[in-house]
Amino acid sequence: MISRLYDDKSRALVAASIERRRADARGLLFRSLLQVCLLMTLALLAVLLLTVAFDSSEQLTTRLWDFLGGTLRSQSSDDKLGVHQGIYGSMWIAIIVALLAFPVGIGGAVYLEEYAPRNRFTSFIEVNIRNLAGVPSVVYGLLGLALLLNGQFFGLDRFTGGRSTLSGGITLAILVLPIVVITAGEALRAVPVSLREGAYGVGATKWEMIRTQVLPYAAPGILTGTLLSMARAVGEAAPLILVGAVTGRLGDNPGLFEVSALDDRFTALPIVITSWTQQSGRDVGFATAAAAAIVVLLVLVLIMNSAAILLRNRFEKKRG
Amino acid sequence: MTDEAPRLIERPTVATVDDDSALAQSTAAAAPVTQTPDAVFESRDVNVYYGSFRAVRDVTFDVPRNQIMALIGPSGCGKSTVLRCYNRMNDLIKAARVTGSISYRGTDLYHERVDPVEVRRRIGMVFQKPNPFPKSIYDNVAYGPRVAGQKKDLDNIVENSLRKAALWEEVNDRLKDSALSLSGGQQQRLCIARAIAVDPDVLLMDEPCSALDPIATARIEDLMQEIKQDYTIMIVTHNMQQAARVSDTTAFFTADTHSENDTRTGILVEVDTTQKIFSNPSDERTENYVTGRFG
Repeated sequence: MISRLYDDKSRALVAASIERRRADARGLLFRSLLQVCLLMTLALLAVLLLTVAFDSSEQLTTRLWDFLGGTLRSQSSDDKLGVHQGIYGSMWIAIIVALLAFPVGIGGAVYLEEYAPRNRFTSFIEVNIRNLAGVPSVVYGLLGLALLLNGQFFGLDRFTGGRSTLSGGITLAILVLPIVVITAGEALRAVPVSLREGAYGVGATKWEMIRTQVLPYAAPGILTGTLLSMARAVGEAAPLILVGAVTGRLGDNPGLFEVSALDDRFTALPIVITSWTQQSGRDVGFATAAAAAIVVLLVLVLIMNSAAILLRNRFEKKRG
Repeated sequence: MTDEAPRLIERPTVATVDDDSALAQSTAAAAPVTQTPDAVFESRDVNVYYGSFRAVRDVTFDVPRNQIMALIGPSGCGKSTVLRCYNRMNDLIKAARVTGSISYRGTDLYHERVDPVEVRRRIGMVFQKPNPFPKSIYDNVAYGPRVAGQKKDLDNIVENSLRKAALWEEVNDRLKDSALSLSGGQQQRLCIARAIAVDPDVLLMDEPCSALDPIATARIEDLMQEIKQDYTIMIVTHNMQQAARVSDTTAFFTADTHSENDTRTGILVEVDTTQKIFSNPSDERTENYVTGRFG
């Protein structure tokens, strides 16, 4: 039996000493401040989405399929006005970026993280790649102009056909390359040392260790990074203007999977949006068309990001 | 291999070894000098450096075959570092450098013609924290044989390895489940199964029970006793009772503190039978440590 040690007086003293005395005002203030930050972000997004949805509603409800299948015209009242060429351009740019930037970028990252010796030269290279990721996109447009249109250095203009979807795609692939290297490198660095040691410990070679442990483990992270960089490429306008994206009127209207049109004159959704917005001063009807094009681009990016998330979840499930 | 092996020999010392080992046969033929009849490893003046920092100084001792040798000592005395020299795990740390010589059945492990990948197939390792691969239980055990090029008979290898590791009864109905769904103790036994699936000669265990509860620890200790007729085992442990319980021989390490730059270098104090180390050690530092007066 334990005797009661405390009389009523000492218990009252203890109760008083641990009683809540004042509200945590600073904590509450900090919390509300954070809420305001979040709300501001959401509010801006809401304003954007609502105005765009409102402006675009007429185009998208009355003539959705005509709009999706239509082309760049000089009058907004034209029945054939639409974004088909923009979808074609943006879609193929995304494909070209995936085919060029992903393997090269991921390969470069694997070499840099796993094989390259740690010395001043490699850290110099790493710093430069980080800097390249911050270079304004217009500069990459100039690179594309020199390399792919004017054919300086390698005469690549004969291959790309000059001002073409191909040139646009390659330019944007170069633009996102540093981002792919950085994000893939970060995913590779996150692979636990214990996994590497485990593989080495039972006699795996370096290549086997990378193929069976490092790459599968890093795959979700690599995928997220690369697909976000693809979304960035699809949203770029400035470099495409420099490699000759058409802003005014474009006659050709290739089928979505017509590969032969890749070296023809092209446009892309961000260009369509820019150009229609500019023209809305002269011809008010273009404003609603631009809003509708924004909706199409947003949907495209949304589809790509959802695909990225789905794929990542699948890889993560595999990782266990 | 038979032609190659003699060229790898730097110090021909070990004579008595397995008859079925081609490597050993040629060694024995080249140098019939007997020093310690049953040594699997002989290390001589081993120093390990991290950059310019010397982590371990002048370690010299032999590891007897088919026994369990415990490496004990206070934190930071370099016992894990020493253990990782035996399967060239220190190679993976860029700044690490090993001098002196470690011979495995008479062949210098650090000779330029020695392939660390082959070394690790013969000298397996179990790590401090259970590190199963994020794959199925089956694929974990089959991993080593697969990278060694084995394609047939994997089912048998997996079953035998899991049986040896005393895990088969618990997992045989869910071999396809993720290894990460196992408990910590089961994961560590899985790692032991994974290590013995490549049929190594030696098992290096780096504090294999430090993350486990007493029951799981006891299972692993029993397991070590069962498998020691097939393997030579070296175990690093912080737990002196564990060393006393499981090992045949014990090496006691301690750390030398350098007052000028406050760095510590691991040194080997003494190696002897476990019974002697714990009842009547020759060195005062060992006695202080095993009686709990220091460390």
